[in-house]
Amino acid sequence: MTFDGSRYVSNAVKALPPSGIRKFFDLAAQMENVISLGVGEPDFITPWHIIESSFYSAERGHTSYTSNLGLLELRQAISDYLEAKHGVGYDPTNEVLVTTGVSEALDVAIRTLVSPGDEVIVIEPCYVSYKACVLLAGGTPVIVDTHVDNGFRVTAEDIASRLSDRTKAIVLSYPNNPTGAVMDCATLQRIAELAQERDLIVISDEIYSELTYEGTHTCIAALPGMRERTVLLNGFSKAYAMTGWRIGYACGNKHIIGGMMKIHQYTMLCAPIIAQKAAIEALRYGEEAKQRMVAEYDQRRRFIVERLNAIGLTCFEPTGAFYAFPSIAASGMTSEEFCNELLREQSVAVVPGNAFGACGEGFVRCSYAASLQEISEAVTRMERFLADHAR
Amino acid sequence: MREDILRILDENDQVDPATIATMLGATEDEVRATIAELEKSKAIVKYHALVNWEKVNDDLVQALIDVKVSPQRDVGFDQIAERIYRFPEVKSVYLMSGAYDLSVAVQGKSLKDVASFVATKLATLDHVLSTTTHFILRKYKEEGVILEDKAELKRLVVSP
Repeated sequence: MTFDGSRYVSNAVKALPPSGIRKFFDLAAQMENVISLGVGEPDFITPWHIIESSFYSAERGHTSYTSNLGLLELRQAISDYLEAKHGVGYDPTNEVLVTTGVSEALDVAIRTLVSPGDEVIVIEPCYVSYKACVLLAGGTPVIVDTHVDNGFRVTAEDIASRLSDRTKAIVLSYPNNPTGAVMDCATLQRIAELAQERDLIVISDEIYSELTYEGTHTCIAALPGMRERTVLLNGFSKAYAMTGWRIGYACGNKHIIGGMMKIHQYTMLCAPIIAQKAAIEALRYGEEAKQRMVAEYDQRRRFIVERLNAIGLTCFEPTGAFYAFPSIAASGMTSEEFCNELLREQSVAVVPGNAFGACGEGFVRCSYAASLQEISEAVTRMERFLADHAR
Repeated sequence: MREDILRILDENDQVDPATIATMLGATEDEVRATIAELEKSKAIVKYHALVNWEKVNDDLVQALIDVKVSPQRDVGFDQIAERIYRFPEVKSVYLMSGAYDLSVAVQGKSLKDVASFVATKLATLDHVLSTTTHFILRKYKEEGVILEDKAELKRLVVSP
């Protein structure tokens, strides 16, 4: 008899839907000479001084474990940065946890907060992990849809209408992947009030906070009454082009961070010291390189939005992250049809909006973390694609 | 806006004014006017491609020559510098602080070509006291661009 491995996979894992991106990735990976606007990471290489400094520490023998929480020097630097940037500081000895990317921080935060049966508000379209992490923790994700007419912003009323006695937390992620939406201070304030009224925790994934192109990013933890009630997640991947280093952090109330640390110490032990050293260098000397990259994203953002609108893929103006999220209504196709056909016929990869939640249907995510030439050529091919399929 | 335009053109002078206007949230007319003004004031000196000549011609030789000169009354180094930079073989001339006065980059078709230029044209000029010629063996980086960048970015085609 042949061994059937699938019989041994837990029900929880079996029930987990595969990432919508995965399917599309397999398809795209088989093709050659694809122009990709499908990538969720910067097209810059990590600034050289960060690489050099981290490797120098490794050469000097800094290759060990660190404290479970992370190097104190890094936790202090993170706290100083948050204080200076958003006006919310944390005690580096017990309110900051350095993690292996925000992905780990998110998972650990949800496992720390969610008991089986608890409900967690997840606002879609959103990054693919939130719902999965809640499910794996035995919780129930409760989806709140956002729409283009409100700039893909969620309101306190939208959230309030989905709350129950079991609601434990709200996951917010602005600036948003995949829509590029940002949150205004007034709306956040009302959500903060709601969280306090209904005794909820806010898990705020602010990985794209530095990529805010108009106005300034409001950190919800900095709003009155929210410092203790927020688990703030952020990291280095997007702002400093450091995705492969896998380095992020969580800040919050010492009991919640302490709980997260417990899981982290049993499952991860600590974030890699080489990446922690790189992160210290990034916070200390990375400002100029970061600003240069942000300025460049901003120029490409204006370019891609105008071009998409010009070819008939109506695009609301994204003011954060590095994604444009145009409507593909003009094509008469579903998101998946559009992406599959565009890839097959024009060798351009963009990601179907429904990979980020059902309400992303009818949209596609175009990353402008690509060179101006690539963006320009990709949009030209999309224009040709639309013309070929015009009815 | 001037500096933003210059940065974009410095990176790639093929980007047209309409695109620059979109990138900067300005009008095309504004961009065109600013570029015209920058050209007029010689802030934009010329538009050119950065060519790696080694790719097409192995024999081409470049040398950096340290030149000691005696400055002249009233005109200082300017006059002797001009006598040097007028030669078409000379690619660049900088007045330097330190052990010598002028750093002169010379390009020729062969080693002999460059050596002969130095011996017959450069070293024999009045006010040139001495020359030290350093031949360039390999160029790694030019005008801020790594010529043979091995670090080609290999990202996944699609990622969340």
